[in-house]
Amino acid sequence: MTEAATVDARPVRRAARITPVSIFLWALRIAALAIILYGSYLSISSGRLSAAQWRDLFVFGISTGSVYALIALGYTMVYGVLRFINFAHGEVFMVGAMMAFYVANALATTTLWTSSPVVSLLIVLVAAMATSTSVAVIVERIAYRPLRGAPRLIPLITSIGASFTIQYLVRGLVGPSTKAFPRMEQLRGTTEILGVVILKSQVVVIVAALVMMAGLYLFVERTRTGKSMRAVSEDPETAALMGIDVDRTIVKVFAIGGAMAGVAGALWGLVFPSLNFFSGFLPGIKAFTSAVLGGIGNIVGAMLGGVSLGIFESVGPSLVLAGYEIPAFSQLKDVVAYAALVLVLIFRPTGILGERLAQERT
Amino acid sequence: MALLEIQGLSKAFGGLRAINGLDITVDEGEVVSVIGPNGAGKTTFFNLVTGMESPDEGSIVFGGQELVGLRPNQILQLGMARTFQNVRLFPAMTVMENVMVGQHSRTKAGLLGAILKTPSQRREEREIEERSKEVLSFFGTRLAGYRHDELSMTLSYANRRRLEIARAMATNPRLLLLDEPTAGMNPRETIELTELIGQLRSERAYTIVLIEHDMQVVRNVSDRVVVLDHGVKLTEGSYDEVSTNEKVIEAYLGRPAELGA
Amino acid sequence: MRRAVKLGLAGGAAMVLVAAIGMVAAFQARMLIDPILPLGTFFLYLVAFIFGWMASKPPVTLEGFEPARAGIRNVLAGAMAGALGGLCVGLLLIVMTTWDLRGVFIALSPELAEILSFGLPVAAAIPVIALVAGAAGALGGAVHLLSPRLRRAVLSALAWVLVFSLFTDIFGQAFTALRLEFLVDFIYTGRGGALTIVGAIVVFAVFFVLYWWMSGRTNTLRQRVQSMPRGQRSRWQIGAAVIILVVLYFVPKIMGPFVSQILVTAGIYLLMALGLNIVVGYAGLLDLGYVAFFAVGAYTTAILTSPQSPAFSPELSVVASIPFVMIAAAVAGILVATPVIRMRGDYLAIVTLGFGEIARILLNSEWLAPYFGGAQGITNIPDLQIGPLTFSTPQDYFYPVFLFVLFAAYVTYALQNSRWGRAWMAMREDESVAEAMGVNIVTAKLSAFVVGAILASFGGSLFASQIGSVFPHTFDIVVSITVLVIIIVGGMGSVPGVALGAIVLIVLPNLLREFSEYQFLFYGVLLIVMMLNRPEGFIPSKRRAQELHSEEMAQDAWLEIYGEKGQPEQVPEGAV
Ligand SMILES: Nc1ncnc2c1ncn2[C@@H]1O[C@H](COP(=O)(O)OP(=O)(O)O)[C@@H](O)[C@H]1O
Ligand SMILES: [Mg+2]
Repeated sequence: MTEAATVDARPVRRAARITPVSIFLWALRIAALAIILYGSYLSISSGRLSAAQWRDLFVFGISTGSVYALIALGYTMVYGVLRFINFAHGEVFMVGAMMAFYVANALATTTLWTSSPVVSLLIVLVAAMATSTSVAVIVERIAYRPLRGAPRLIPLITSIGASFTIQYLVRGLVGPSTKAFPRMEQLRGTTEILGVVILKSQVVVIVAALVMMAGLYLFVERTRTGKSMRAVSEDPETAALMGIDVDRTIVKVFAIGGAMAGVAGALWGLVFPSLNFFSGFLPGIKAFTSAVLGGIGNIVGAMLGGVSLGIFESVGPSLVLAGYEIPAFSQLKDVVAYAALVLVLIFRPTGILGERLAQERT
Repeated sequence: MALLEIQGLSKAFGGLRAINGLDITVDEGEVVSVIGPNGAGKTTFFNLVTGMESPDEGSIVFGGQELVGLRPNQILQLGMARTFQNVRLFPAMTVMENVMVGQHSRTKAGLLGAILKTPSQRREEREIEERSKEVLSFFGTRLAGYRHDELSMTLSYANRRRLEIARAMATNPRLLLLDEPTAGMNPRETIELTELIGQLRSERAYTIVLIEHDMQVVRNVSDRVVVLDHGVKLTEGSYDEVSTNEKVIEAYLGRPAELGA
Repeated sequence: MRRAVKLGLAGGAAMVLVAAIGMVAAFQARMLIDPILPLGTFFLYLVAFIFGWMASKPPVTLEGFEPARAGIRNVLAGAMAGALGGLCVGLLLIVMTTWDLRGVFIALSPELAEILSFGLPVAAAIPVIALVAGAAGALGGAVHLLSPRLRRAVLSALAWVLVFSLFTDIFGQAFTALRLEFLVDFIYTGRGGALTIVGAIVVFAVFFVLYWWMSGRTNTLRQRVQSMPRGQRSRWQIGAAVIILVVLYFVPKIMGPFVSQILVTAGIYLLMALGLNIVVGYAGLLDLGYVAFFAVGAYTTAILTSPQSPAFSPELSVVASIPFVMIAAAVAGILVATPVIRMRGDYLAIVTLGFGEIARILLNSEWLAPYFGGAQGITNIPDLQIGPLTFSTPQDYFYPVFLFVLFAAYVTYALQNSRWGRAWMAMREDESVAEAMGVNIVTAKLSAFVVGAILASFGGSLFASQIGSVFPHTFDIVVSITVLVIIIVGGMGSVPGVALGAIVLIVLPNLLREFSEYQFLFYGVLLIVMMLNRPEGFIPSKRRAQELHSEEMAQDAWLEIYGEKGQPEQVPEGAV
């Protein structure tokens, strides 16, 4: 036999890791950096915005970002235990926001709304949480539980189906019109914290989000349930062997993720008072981006990622795009978010705090 | 001349040093067995050589060519193919297709050629098919005939192992790396496979490195035996030398001091 | 029994939802069979029927155990589930007549109450609803009593009755074109498309007999063709192909512009689906931004052919633009694929989704409006012209679209049995092993993306010239998802499956105009149901059917493919 002779011993240099692909990716990285830096330089040196305006953009970014962070927790926790992107999570958020809208609307006609805003807001929050939690759990029961152990793309596709189903069920139930969240007198105007002037509604959003996240963090770190969640996310089989009821733990993960999304839904109404059945899609994608940005599977990472994305998105267009004098640059706000996603995955696929990999190999 | 020359190879997973300063040389035409207790780093050694993991340190020279830094497909192209300890076939592809994939790197029809079905693409496709049948026929009736268009997942365990070897053979390798080829086989199948490995060398002129736990197999096929433990080469030599070496016996039976760990 | 109660309540929830999202009221005016069966009521009790069927389905039997014989118990369980569901609807009726909830749930109108209660007072209506739903559930349960052959014939015939009553226009058109007007007059009432009772019975009887007679025979026929000597077989096959082509030639002529337009749309989706089938079905790369390539095709043609193109307007003919479309698509494919080459499946999905959205937003932006026309898009795209032939009506476009689809199907087959097809599949099965067996992952992924992109761009090009204009909002994520649903529902990797998917998902909703509001709900539910019950699709490729169902190997095969990957032996993928 002459196989050995037919071997095509094409010489390959030692440094063969420099492939066209890696050159392309490096070019992309450098170009992105250059565009961002030069744009920022241009717009800062033009002095178009005052320091106060920049700060407002920043604070606005933090408040939207904390909503993203709350939603991102659901993505990251589900990814942690089941390793798939739960596309329907954006809809879980939207359902919570819808419920918040209707409850707030009903309350707004009563005296409670003006006399005790805190109680009203709490009622709204609880209603939204309860709704989102139930939807998340129902979706898990119907659409994901029967698929344990199936190839990974299958639950992903199912979740796309669940996402459509929820959207259009909501559309059928409450109609396609856009709803306007009722205003609360006490939340109008601004307040001053540490010498910084902030919209009151943003203060509420940021504080509520912080409280929820701190609570969740303690819950996951300290309680038995939290520990079993971490165990399942580490290694479901071993966790099962150690006597943890994996299915129940997964339901709890969905419930908690849903609750956080519900809170996010209610808070969303305070920042962006308009809402329809499709309103879950974009925040959902952005929250997922936040989760990736922070390092998927990592709870603190999701919080950091959310806030960072919120800031990128609110500051980025004015900082980078305005520098190039792009007309109507605010139209491109979502492009900033998507570009952030792509760039994060190219620059640092593990995210800010992630140990887990977005790549097959490094 | 040494076909494969490895020097100072190291690889750590976190704090675990899976391979630690390993030197191994394999000559053209040899059959070398790598043995060692579970977790000794044998599979990791294969992963490093085939480019599926990248080493922290060391050099791997194959046929005069440095491999470190190459992608697995480039290494395969140079004439090295492997099988996997926990058989990794393409389950939803047919037996035939599994073998045909092996020839991917030895053929060159482009996309356009495949769409237009140019004469040279057709010829190449026929050759791939013939060559695949020829490789499968090496396993006699075991993998012959009626099973070629079944999905590989329908095969029995032993046949999956055979198919994996066939797939590796289809890549026209000079060096064949077999990771525990007889694991999970019954004694008769093991004997059959031992003979087969002999034929691989005598009829096909492959150089073979194999990881094996079955000492009968090791004794029957190897020119030389390398013993690994904790990522380090304990010793090497002929089967008889190695099997009587005290360090080896200790490694297999366990060191009393470490039993508690 | 517990199962029946559980499913009854679930079914009740489903029925209440069907009513509350407005499906019942919206379709009530549409009669299926005049005067006994309006579509709205049909939907409601169809749910009861399905849940009755599920409730009485025998649980999965273990091998070696005699499955419980179907019997009266099935009917009872079905009836119980159905009746429970009916009671839930009754509850809804009480609630909605007591309080006015229309401020929130817009569909809970008095008309709905009227429909649900069959015009009876609420107290009298509830037992009636429960009874009807119970009967529907019992029928569902009774399905299990029929022998497989009988069941198939009955269900198929019922499905045909439904098809005849829903797609009145098509059958009306076709029968009229074939000079069979008397048939139309006989089975249809002529009012709102409903069948007459006699017509329904006739349709049922005809198809029942047909299926009863056919069952088992199609297979025999196929076997006979397959066992023929080679020459005779290929003569048979050529004959069949000729007959199909002749029929297809007359389709647009018989069907008229309305149906032809739907077929053209479906064809364009089918073209995209065949392309995505290569990317997702063969190479296993879940691309959710596939619409971007469709947009590349449409916009390239628009810019090169339209005199209205804002920045650059060479005013080529549509045909002359095709080579440039291919180049643009290939470049776009490479640009999208390169950054995602080393990304894992679900990350790849979300990043491609991001690319798709970026494309749409940029096309829509004022910034690039000087090149792409912004939200106003580009209009005045000329008709397709090949030599002396000008294609302008939907009927005309049917032929070129069909040719492109044929071409895409051919490309799919050709590539499937080539070294590229095998490399893609190997990569889908196990990327790192494929690489270790010599597949260059970079070129394999790039080539899959490029082929998929080019096929989609053909679709875009045809679309642009047929509609005559392009607008950015057309290239929504929904298009990507629709194409994905087509290949999944039809059967990934299977050309006939994908074709069926396009028919079910594009043709049906477009024919049922009333239905379009619920189109995406239908997609969503269909996706879930398919993934849970038949992940390999309606007409799976042979290999996927085996892969996902074959019992005897299921267990250790699953372990082999999906379970062991995460084991310490080869941890790298971080699968667990
Ligand atoms: N990808 C990996 N990540 C972390 N640890 C690994 C990985 N691959 C192997 N190991 C560890 O390296 C050691 C050597 O493993 P291996 O080479 O598979 O041993 P052998 O094949 O000799 O039984 C084991 O402790 C194993 O757990
Ligand atoms: Mg091993």
